[in-house]
Amino acid sequence: MSKKYDTPLLDELEKGAFPSFVKEIKLAAKHSDMANDLLGHTELCFKERVTHWKHGGIVGVRGYGGGVIGRYSDIPDKFPGVAHFHTVRVNSPSGFYYSAAALRDFCDLWDKYGSGLTNVHGSTGDLVFLGTKTEFLEPFFAEVSSRGWDLGGSGSAMRTPSGCLGMSRCEWANIDAMAITNDITHHYQDEMHRPAFPYKFKFKVAGCPVDCIASIARADMSVIGTWKGDIRINQDEVAKYAKTMDIKAEIIDMCPTGCMQFDGKAMKIDNSNCNRCMHCIAKMTKALRPGTEKGATLLLGSKAPIVTGALMSWVIVPFIKMEPPYDEFYDLIDKIWEWWDENGKNRERIGELIERLSFPRFLKEVGLDPHPAMIKEPRRDPFFFWSEEDIER
Amino acid sequence: MEKEELKKIIYELVEASTGKKKLKQTDILKKVSADQGVEKDEVKAALRELVDANTLIFTYFGGSFIEIPPK
Repeated sequence: MSKKYDTPLLDELEKGAFPSFVKEIKLAAKHSDMANDLLGHTELCFKERVTHWKHGGIVGVRGYGGGVIGRYSDIPDKFPGVAHFHTVRVNSPSGFYYSAAALRDFCDLWDKYGSGLTNVHGSTGDLVFLGTKTEFLEPFFAEVSSRGWDLGGSGSAMRTPSGCLGMSRCEWANIDAMAITNDITHHYQDEMHRPAFPYKFKFKVAGCPVDCIASIARADMSVIGTWKGDIRINQDEVAKYAKTMDIKAEIIDMCPTGCMQFDGKAMKIDNSNCNRCMHCIAKMTKALRPGTEKGATLLLGSKAPIVTGALMSWVIVPFIKMEPPYDEFYDLIDKIWEWWDENGKNRERIGELIERLSFPRFLKEVGLDPHPAMIKEPRRDPFFFWSEEDIER
Repeated sequence: MEKEELKKIIYELVEASTGKKKLKQTDILKKVSADQGVEKDEVKAALRELVDANTLIFTYFGGSFIEIPPK
């Protein structure tokens, strides 16, 4: 297929050290009309400094309320290849493990039904297929589901849960992040495919406080593996590290709570003041290990800036055992959703609702006991206020 | 209440709202449950059948809504 459009502005984005989406679209454009028109369409958007995409509407597969994001060009006569350019989200497997055969199969399917362009993975965590026409949605879905895959979440629904690869490849995982991600996905199929919430709700599961998937900033509900008890210290290994690194500068002075000491020979940790940031464990992997009682901290409320500004999650349950069948966890989620459903406005995330109605009210109505760990940010107002009842007492 | 009757009530509610107010699934569950004195789960099951049959559909306009499909 020959080049249809000159793209001087897009060409600039091919320069530099980083991978370029323009380069990939140009490759796809050699055999795809949609990708070819996408180049011309995007160039025009850049040139005019205005988007020519329209978003939303009535597209999807039968019975589902999510998984397809409708996208149309407002200049379809100029660029017929992208008159429809819908996105399809396919639920990614836990830990993002695929066989090469599955990925090849997906690529063949998308060459058949779409633009050939994918996003692995989108910021949602889904396997994202970019650009198809309305009439191809049902056939694509039929083929994908016949192979055992399903659509992911979109709209005012539970979004596709995602998590780190946990115990499959990481010795620091305190919880089985992949199993939990998978269980949440299956437990809440209805909530993912049939949008019923005021707005989106995201779960992200991190095996440890290093939080490689950044759940604390990206998920309405962050499940982060942690431990109870003392950090285990191997003093012989500490001595070996002392020969190759500056333990005072790199570990002791960087401990956020100042709970560590090193006298040149032995390391001591005041575990009662440790806030489980895991910096020391991640830096001195052979010398330090988490305590042996494993579980998770649940945090609630983070989001990126869309309707209002960004929020970080804050602790609502300092420690919970995350073991099948996760009844305690699901009971809490159901209560949180019920409270959100009763009080939330359209397009109001759970974190925004808590900010609007107050954290004490959230705790009281969901049935959680206040705990000193429930601070929103270190050394900041912990969202507790004296009530009239407290003052009378 | 019979499921077919519940489905008719849900459809009529969505039909009456068309062009006036877009209804979210939760709006329908709350309204029908309160008006008819039935559990939300029953309403949800009836609504699901309507969506599975394409009698009603989900739409997205800055939020997810339940609407009658265009003819």
